[in-house]
Amino acid sequence: MVATRKPATGRPVNGKHNYKVIGTRPIRHDGLDKVTGRAIYGADIKLPGLAHGAVLRSPHAHAIIKKVDTSRAEKLAGVYAVITGADMPKADNREVDLGEGAANLKWASNNVMADDKVNYRGQPVAAVAAVDQNTALQALGLIKVDYEVLPAVRDVREAMAKGAPVILSGLVGDDLGKKVKNTNMARHFRHEFGNLDEGFKKSKLVVEHEYELATVHQGYIEPHNATAQWTADNRVTVWTSTQGAFAARRQIAGILRLDDSRVKVIPLEIGGGFGGKIPVYGEPVAAVLSRKCARPVKLLMDRKAVFESTGPTPGGTVKVKIGVDAKGKMLAADADIRFESGGYPGSPVGAGAMCVFAAYNIPNTRIDGYDIVTNKPKSAAYRAPGSTHVAFATEGVVDEIAEKLGMDKIDFRMMNSAKEGTRRADGPIFPKIGHEECLAAAKNSPHWKSKLVKNGPNGKKRGRGIASGYWFNIGLKSVVTISVNTDGTAALVEGSTDIGGSRASIAMQAAEVLGIPAEDVRPVVVDTESIGYTDVTGGSRTCYATGYAAYNAAQSVVSILKERAAKLWDIKSNDVDFKDGVFFNKSDAELKLTFKQLAKKLDETGGPVSATGSVDLSAAGGGYGIHIADVEVDPETGKTDVLRYTAIQDVGRAIHPSYVEGQIQGGAVQGIGWALNEEYFMDQQGRMSNSSFLDYRMPTTLDLPMIETIVLEVPNPIHPFGVRGVGETPIAPPVATIANALYDAVGVRFRQAPMKPGRVMEALAGKK
Amino acid sequence: MVEKVHVRTTLNGEPTEFLVYPYQSLLETLREVIGLTGTKEGCNDGNCGACTVQVDDRIVDSCLVLGVEVEGKKVTTVEGLATPAGLHPLQQAFLEEASLQCGICTPGFLVASKALLDREPKADEHRIRHWLAGNLCRCTGYDKIIRAVQKVGATSKPARATAAQATAKRRPAGARK
Amino acid sequence: MARVFVPYNMRKLAGGKTEVNVPGKTLRELIENLEARFPGMKELIVEDDRLKPGLAAIVGEQPTRQGLMTKLEPETEVHFLPAISGG
Repeated sequence: MVATRKPATGRPVNGKHNYKVIGTRPIRHDGLDKVTGRAIYGADIKLPGLAHGAVLRSPHAHAIIKKVDTSRAEKLAGVYAVITGADMPKADNREVDLGEGAANLKWASNNVMADDKVNYRGQPVAAVAAVDQNTALQALGLIKVDYEVLPAVRDVREAMAKGAPVILSGLVGDDLGKKVKNTNMARHFRHEFGNLDEGFKKSKLVVEHEYELATVHQGYIEPHNATAQWTADNRVTVWTSTQGAFAARRQIAGILRLDDSRVKVIPLEIGGGFGGKIPVYGEPVAAVLSRKCARPVKLLMDRKAVFESTGPTPGGTVKVKIGVDAKGKMLAADADIRFESGGYPGSPVGAGAMCVFAAYNIPNTRIDGYDIVTNKPKSAAYRAPGSTHVAFATEGVVDEIAEKLGMDKIDFRMMNSAKEGTRRADGPIFPKIGHEECLAAAKNSPHWKSKLVKNGPNGKKRGRGIASGYWFNIGLKSVVTISVNTDGTAALVEGSTDIGGSRASIAMQAAEVLGIPAEDVRPVVVDTESIGYTDVTGGSRTCYATGYAAYNAAQSVVSILKERAAKLWDIKSNDVDFKDGVFFNKSDAELKLTFKQLAKKLDETGGPVSATGSVDLSAAGGGYGIHIADVEVDPETGKTDVLRYTAIQDVGRAIHPSYVEGQIQGGAVQGIGWALNEEYFMDQQGRMSNSSFLDYRMPTTLDLPMIETIVLEVPNPIHPFGVRGVGETPIAPPVATIANALYDAVGVRFRQAPMKPGRVMEALAGKK
Repeated sequence: MVEKVHVRTTLNGEPTEFLVYPYQSLLETLREVIGLTGTKEGCNDGNCGACTVQVDDRIVDSCLVLGVEVEGKKVTTVEGLATPAGLHPLQQAFLEEASLQCGICTPGFLVASKALLDREPKADEHRIRHWLAGNLCRCTGYDKIIRAVQKVGATSKPARATAAQATAKRRPAGARK
Repeated sequence: MARVFVPYNMRKLAGGKTEVNVPGKTLRELIENLEARFPGMKELIVEDDRLKPGLAAIVGEQPTRQGLMTKLEPETEVHFLPAISGG
C-alpha cells in the first residue's frame, strides 16, 4: 500500500492506519442467502392473483406504426388485458432530473411503449397480461401491427450524412447554442481553452487519428424484470431489480403522470446492472396492464429483448490530435467525439468530453462533442460512461507519440500528468488526484518490471501495452438510519441497492465508528417508503456517499449514547469520551462501558436509540487507473489471448479490499471483452444479428488469466475514511491497453474496436 | 388441450412429485411449478449457465431440459448443496474469497464447480477454467471464483468425503429406482 | 467578484469572452448579474428557478449541491458543465 497524504479528518490516514474494521475482509452480510439460493431477485417474486405479461416488440429498426389491431388477442381465453401506446398516459415533453442524469419524459414513455413510431428494433408496441406466460405469448401472436418501414440509420456517420432519414421529427438540435431542425444531431457542444492553433504551431510533433468503437452491451446476467400492482386508490407498487429505487420511482411516476409518492418501489436483489438498470423498461408497462386488469402483473424480459431494447453503450467515433514540443511536453490537444444515443437523445458524450484529456496537463485544448440519434436501442449508462471510448483514442495517440519520441511510455505520461491544481480541458481545476501515484506504481510493478519473451510458441507474437483511464466518481444523496439493539448490535437501514457487496462496505463504515465488529451491524436495503431519498447505486458513489451517510448516522448514535452514559454516571455528557468501542468518564478512568454493555442499559436511560445520516455530496474526486496487458496473437487465426493483466488504481481507501479488487477485476474484464470480441453486429436493415450470449461474445473463464490488482490508497480528503469511488474507473483503460499491447506484438495500431480475429487478420495481411 | 404429466423424481435428496406441461423446461418447472427459485434464468437458451443443475451425474443447463425428462432421475440444485450440518465447502469458499458480486450466476457456478470437484478434486487452474467456461459471470472477471474452487480442491482430502457427506451422498443414490 | 468561465455556447452572448468577472454573493445573484450584463444567458442556465436538468455548476473545484443557493467566496471560479452521471 502506498500513500502518506494529508489526513482526512485530523487523524493519521495512511496505509498503516489504526482502523479495526476498515481494511478487513469480513463475509458479506447477504452472502449466505446468495450462495444458498435463498436471495429473492426480481424474477423470483410471487404475489396472490399474479398475472403474467409479455411485450410485443417491433421487428423493424425504423417504422411508422399505422395501426395496431389487438381484437383477436383480447378474445383469447386467459387474456386479462392488452395495451398499446394509446393506453399510456400522455407524458409531458419535459426533462426531469433523475438524480443521476436528466430524462425527457415523453421520450422515456415512448421508449417503454411506442405511440406512432418505432425508432429501433425491439421497441415495445403492445403488451399483454394473461393467466400464464404461455397464454401471454400466444396472445402476442394474435396482435396485428401495420408498419410503414423506413430506411434505418445505423451509426453516427450514416446519421450525419446529407439526406439521412430524420428519426425524431420533433427534435430541435442544439448546434453550439444554435437551434437546428430536421436533424439527427441532438447536441453539439464545445470546450475550448487557450490558443489551439498557436499550440499546434509550436509543436514539434503532432499525431492525429480517428478511432471507432462498436456498440456494446452491459451484459448483466439477470434480464430486466418488473412486477406492478395498481390499486383502486391510484397507488402503484412496483417490485423490480433496479440500481435505484428512487430513480425508478421518479421515472415511473413521470411516465404514469402520478406524484412520486403514489409510486412505491420495492427493490429486490439485482443481478448486475453496470448502469443499464438505471432506466425503467417494463415497470410502467406492467403498471398500466395492472390498472387495466386489476391484478398484479409480472413482466420478465428475455435475453434477445435485453440486447435489442435495453442498455447499450454507444458506438461512435473519437478523433484525437495531440501536439508536443521536442522534449515531449504536450502543448495542444483537439478532440472530436461523436456518440450515437440510439432512438432518443442522451448519450454519455458529455462525460466522454470531460474525460478525454483528464489524465494530462495540456495548456491549449478544444473538445467537440456530438450526441447523435440512430436507429438503435436508447443508450444507457455503462460503467464510466464515455470514458472507455475516449481513452482508446487518447491513449493510442499518447502511446504513438512516446514511441516516436523514443521515450519510456510511463515517463512520457508522468511528464505530462495531471495533478492537483491542473486545469482540466473542460475548465475546472483538479483537487488532489492520484494519476502520478498510479504511474509510479505501474513502473514499480512486478508485471512492468518482468521481461516479456516476444516470440510465443507456433509463431505467435507477444506484446505488452499500458494505458491510463479516468472517471469522476459522483456524490449525490443518500440516507442511512441506524438503530441500536439492546444486545449490543445495530440495525442499518439504507436505500442503496446492493449490486456487489455494498451492504458490507457500508455496514463496515458504521461498525468502525461504533467500535463493534462488522458482523454486528445488520444492513438492510428497503423500499422507497422506508428510507429517505437515496440516489442510484452507480457513478461509483455508493461506498462513498451512502458510506458517508452511515458514518454520520453512526456518529449521531455515539453522541446519543454518550448522553446515556452521562446519565448513568450522573455527569455531563461532555465528560464522556468514546474510543475503540468504549465509553469512559474523562475524569474517572474506572467508569467505562463497552458499546455492548451500554446498549443493555438503553431501557433505563431513555429508551431506544436510533439516528439518521443524510448527505448530498459533491463528486468524490476523480479516480485514475493504469492497466498493463501482455497479449499473444496467433497470426494463423488472428486470435488474441491475454496472457497477463495488471490493474493499478487509486481507490482512496479500500473499505473491504476483496470487493475493491473484485470491482477492479470485473471492470477490467468487461473492458477486455469490449476490446477483443463484443459488438452489436447490425445488418443492412438495422437489425442486430447476434442478440444471444452465444453470438455476443462476452469473456468466459477460458479467455482470461487471473487479473492482478495493485490497490493504491491516496485518501480522499473530503471523505471521513478517505473513500473514493472504485467501480467505474477500471473499465476506462482496457481497450486502449489491449490496442497498445497488440501494436507491440504485431506492429499494427488498431483504431477500431473490437480488435476481433478477422480484423487482426486483415491488418496483418495489409501489413505484408 | 395439452395435459399435464405426473413426474416422480428425487430433488435434492427428497422424493418429489409434480405435475408439469410437457413443454415446460426443467428451469421453469423448478422455479414456477416447485417454487425453488435459487436456479436462475439468464438467457433461456443454454448460453449463460445461470440455470445449471445436476441431473444424475451430468450437469445441464436446466433451460434446455424438459421438466418431464427428470422422471426417475436425481436432480441437485443450489438449494441442495448445504446440509443441516452446514454449508458445502464451495459455498463457504465463495463467501470467504468474495467470489460473488451480484450473485445471479453464483448458483450455477456452485453446482458446476461441485460436479467438477466431485470428479477431480485436484483440478488445476486450467482445468477449472475449461470446466466452467459454460458459466458466464459479468461482475467478477472470474478471478475470485477460480481461486475459491482451487482453494476447496487444494484442501480436499484424498479420500474426499467425510462420513456425514458420504451418507448424504449414498442416500439419494439409494432412492433412485 | 467570481471568475465565471463562459461555456462555449454562451461566449457569443458574452462578446466572445472566455472568462468574465461578475459579482454575486450567491449563485442566484451571480446569474442575475450575468443576465444583466449579457441578456439571454439566464435562460440557458436556469429553468423554474433552479439549474436546468442535466446542467451542473462547478463552484471552486466541485459541483455544487446547493444549486442557486450556493454561497460564493470572493475570487471563486464558477463553471457550467454537463452534469455527470455514471453506471
